[in-house]
Amino acid sequence: MSEAVAHDDHDHGPEKGLMRWVRTTNHKDIGTLYLLFSLAMFMFGGAMAMVIRMELFQPGLQVVDPHFFNQMTTMHALVMVFGAVMPAFVGLANWLIPMMIGAPDMALPRMNNWSFWILPFAFTMLASTLFMDGGAPAGGWTMYAPLVLQTGDAFPFLIFAVHLLGISSVMGAINVVATIMNMRAPGMTLMKMPLFVWTWFITAYLLIAVMPVFAGAVTMLLTDKFFGTSFFNAAGGGDPVMFQHIFWFFGHPEVYIMILPAFGVVSAIIPTFARKPLFGYSSMVYATASIAFLSFIVWAHHMFTVGMPLAGELFFMYATMMIAVPTGVKVFNWVSTMWKGSMTFETPMLFSIAFVVLFTVGGLSGLMMSITPVDFQYHDTYFIVAHFHYTLVTGSVFSIMAAAYYWMPKWTGNMYNEKLGKIHFWLSAIFVNVLFFPQHFLGLAGMPRRIPDYSVQFTDWNMVSSIGGFGFGLSQLLFCYIVYATIRGGEKATDQVWEGATGLEFEQLPSPAPYHSFNTAPEVK
Amino acid sequence: MLRKINKLIAAVSLGMAAGMQSAMAGFMDTLNLREGVTPISHAVYDLHMLILWVCVVIGVIVFGVMAYSMFAHRKSKGAVPAEFHESTKMEIVWTIVPFLILVGLAIPATKTLVFMADTTESDLEIKITGHQWKWEYEYLGEDVSFISSLSESSRKGIYADPNTVDNYLLDVDRELVLPVGKKIRFLITASDVLHAWWVPDLGQKQDAIPGFINEMWTVIEKPGVYRGQCAELCGRDHGFMPVVVRAVSEEEYASWLAEQKGASVEMAAAADKVWTADDLYAKGEEVYNTQCVGCHQLNGMGIPGTFPAINGGPVANGAVSDHLNLVMNGRAGTAMVAFKDQMSDVDIAAVITFQRNAWDNRAGDAIQPADVKAAR
Repeated sequence: MSEAVAHDDHDHGPEKGLMRWVRTTNHKDIGTLYLLFSLAMFMFGGAMAMVIRMELFQPGLQVVDPHFFNQMTTMHALVMVFGAVMPAFVGLANWLIPMMIGAPDMALPRMNNWSFWILPFAFTMLASTLFMDGGAPAGGWTMYAPLVLQTGDAFPFLIFAVHLLGISSVMGAINVVATIMNMRAPGMTLMKMPLFVWTWFITAYLLIAVMPVFAGAVTMLLTDKFFGTSFFNAAGGGDPVMFQHIFWFFGHPEVYIMILPAFGVVSAIIPTFARKPLFGYSSMVYATASIAFLSFIVWAHHMFTVGMPLAGELFFMYATMMIAVPTGVKVFNWVSTMWKGSMTFETPMLFSIAFVVLFTVGGLSGLMMSITPVDFQYHDTYFIVAHFHYTLVTGSVFSIMAAAYYWMPKWTGNMYNEKLGKIHFWLSAIFVNVLFFPQHFLGLAGMPRRIPDYSVQFTDWNMVSSIGGFGFGLSQLLFCYIVYATIRGGEKATDQVWEGATGLEFEQLPSPAPYHSFNTAPEVK
Repeated sequence: MLRKINKLIAAVSLGMAAGMQSAMAGFMDTLNLREGVTPISHAVYDLHMLILWVCVVIGVIVFGVMAYSMFAHRKSKGAVPAEFHESTKMEIVWTIVPFLILVGLAIPATKTLVFMADTTESDLEIKITGHQWKWEYEYLGEDVSFISSLSESSRKGIYADPNTVDNYLLDVDRELVLPVGKKIRFLITASDVLHAWWVPDLGQKQDAIPGFINEMWTVIEKPGVYRGQCAELCGRDHGFMPVVVRAVSEEEYASWLAEQKGASVEMAAAADKVWTADDLYAKGEEVYNTQCVGCHQLNGMGIPGTFPAINGGPVANGAVSDHLNLVMNGRAGTAMVAFKDQMSDVDIAAVITFQRNAWDNRAGDAIQPADVKAAR
C-alpha cells in the first residue's frame, strides 16, 4: 500500500495553459486534440458540401463557376477523408487503446505529439490553395493523371500536403502497433482484446502497407510535372492507367482503414446496450482479418471501365464479391448480439443500430456494383456517390458519433444531455437518408457524378437531396453544441457509465479517467 | 381559427393533388436503370434487376430480424438477456449460404461479361476521341469525321433558364448518326485527359484514355435519338460534353453518309475561295460558340488564373501569324490543344478573324483559308 501512495506523489497533472496542448505527450490530451481537430475539419468539409448541394439545387449555374465546383468536390473529399474521418479514429485510438489494454500511455508518446501536430499545418497548406492562382486542386481527390497535372500553383502544395498526411498516418499506425504489441497488461492475451483494439491493430497494418504506395504515386506525379519524367504521360511512353492501379492499390485498403475501426466501435456499443456479450468474438476477429486481406486484391473494381482484359475483369469481380462473406458475418453477429438481449436505446445505441442498417444498405449497393457488367452502367454515376456516402457517412461518421456519445462521459466525467443527443440522432438519421437515398435514383437514371449542372429531368431528386443536405449539415451544429456543453459540465457520470458496459476503461477506472491511468498494470483474468 | 386552418389544409391539398401528377412524373421517371435498346443493355438491365431483388430480399430478412428483436427484446418490456455468445452451426450457415448466393450471381454475370467482350465481326467501326470538352467521331474507312460539342441553345441556357431549353445539356451541334441492326465497334481514345463515353441506352460506358484504344460494341435495335454524356471528370466543362446518337434505318444511314462525303468536297471548295471579312466573322462566331467558348467564355474574358482572355488579350491584338500559330499548334502543357487536327481551314480562318474583331478587339484584319492551308 505504501508503495502505491509513494507512487501517487509522482503523479502529476497536465501543464497549465496553451503549452499543455503544444507540448503534451499524454495519450488523452493527444486524443482530445485529434478529436477536436477532426470535428473542425468535419465542419469545414461540410461547408464545402453545402456549396456543392447549393449549386445542384436546380439546373443551370447559379452559385459558383464549374471550375470552383470541381475544387469543392475535390477539397471536400480530401478534407473529409484525411481531415475528419481518419483523425477521428486516431483520436479514438489514442484515448481508448491504452485504457482498454491496461497500458499507462501509448508506446511512443513524443512521436504521438508530432504525428498530431503535422496535421494542422498540412491542412492549412491544403486550404491555402483555395486562394492561389488557378485555385485549389480540381481534378478529384483521386488525382487521376493527366488531369491533375493541369492544376495551377496549387499542385506542389497538394503533393506536399499529401506527403505530410501520409507521414502523420504512418507514425500514428506505428504507435498503435507498438502499443498493442508491447504494452498489454498481464493476462490481456490477443484473443481477449476488445474488438476495437483488434480492428485498429489490423487497420494500423493496412496504413503502414499502403500509405507509402500513395506517397510513391504522388511523387511520380510531382516528377512528371516538374522534372520531365513520363510515368503517366502516354506521349512520353508512360501509362495513365498505371496511376489508377497504384492509386487504388492504396485507395481500396484506405476505405477499409476508414471502416474497420468503426466495426470495433459498434462491436463495443451493441453488447453494452443489449446487456449481452458480443456474439462470435473470434469470428469477428477472423472476419476483420479476411476483409483486410481481401482489400489488397480487389482494387481494380474502381476501374472496371478502363478497358482491362476479360480475365482481369473476372478476377476482380469474383474477389470483390467475396468481400460480402466476411462483411455478412459481421452484420449477422451484430444482429445475433441484439437477439434475446435486454435492449435500451440511448444515443450511442441508436447511432450503432443506424450504423448496422445503413452500412448494410451501402454494403448491398456495393455488392451490386461488384457485378462488372452492371458496374459499366453504375460507374462514375450518382449511384456510386450514394453508395460510398452510405458507407462513409452513415458508416464511419455515425460510428464516430456513437463513440463520442458512448465514451464522452468516461472522458469528461459528465453525462451529455440525453434528450439533445436523441434529437441530434433523429435529425441526422432522417436527413442523411433524404440526402443520399435519392442519389441512388439519380445515378441509375443516368446522372454522372462530379458535374456542376445537369439535365432538367434530374431536378426533382436533386432538390430533395439538397434539402436533406442542408438539414443534415445544420443538425451537426447541434452536435458541436452537445460536445461543448458536455465538456463544460452536466450530470456526473458513474464509473461504469452504462449499466451493461464492460472493459477495463469502465470497470477499473473512475469517470473522468485520471490524467495518468494504469501506472500499475491491472490484472486481467 | 380552426376553420381557417381546415380551409388552408383543403386548399393546399387540392393544389398538391393537381401538382402531384406532373410533379410525381418527374420523380418516377428517374428511379431506375434504363432498359435501353441493345442486346447488351437488356442483359445488363436483367442482371441489375436480379441483383437488386436479391439485395432487397436479404435486406428485408436482416432488417426484419433486427426490427423484431428491437421490438421484443427490450428492457422496458422486461426482457432478460440470454447468455449465449456463439453458435458454430449458425456461423457456418451464414458463411456458406451467402457464398452460394454469390456463386448464383457470378454465373449470369460471367456470361454477360463474356458476351460484352466479343467485339469481333463488326459491320462498321467508329473511332471516338475525347477532347476537352467535345467528342470527335471518325467513321473508319469512310473518310468522314467531325467534332461534336454542346449545342448553342444549351450553352446559352446555363446562365438563363434551363427549363426552356430542349434536351438541356444533352444536346449537341452534330449528332453521331448510326444505322440500326448493324454490329458497330467503337474504338475509344482521348487526346488530352481521361474522358468516358457513355450512352445509358446502349448499356455500357468505356473510358477514353490518351495512349490507349478501348473497344466496345453495340447493335442498336430501334431508330431513335439516344443521349448520354462524358462520365469521367475531365476538367472545368466535364458536365458540358454530351453524347448524342441518332440511330436511323440502313438506307437513311447510307444517304446521310453520302451527304457527309459531299460536304467534305464542298468544304474543300470553300477553302479555296476568297472570303469576305464579314462572312468570315459570321462563320467565326458560330465556330467560337461551340469550340472556344468552354474556356474563353462568351464574352471572351476567359477565367482569370485558368484560361486567358482573348478580349483585349495580347495574341488577338498582336501579329496575325502568332495568332495563327497558337490556334494551329496549341500551347504545350495547357488545355489549349493543337486545333489544326480538329478544325478545317475555313473554321480556323473564320474563328481567328472573329476573335481579332469581336468585343473590344479591333485588329481590323482578316485571314483567309488559303493562309491556313499554307501554314499546315
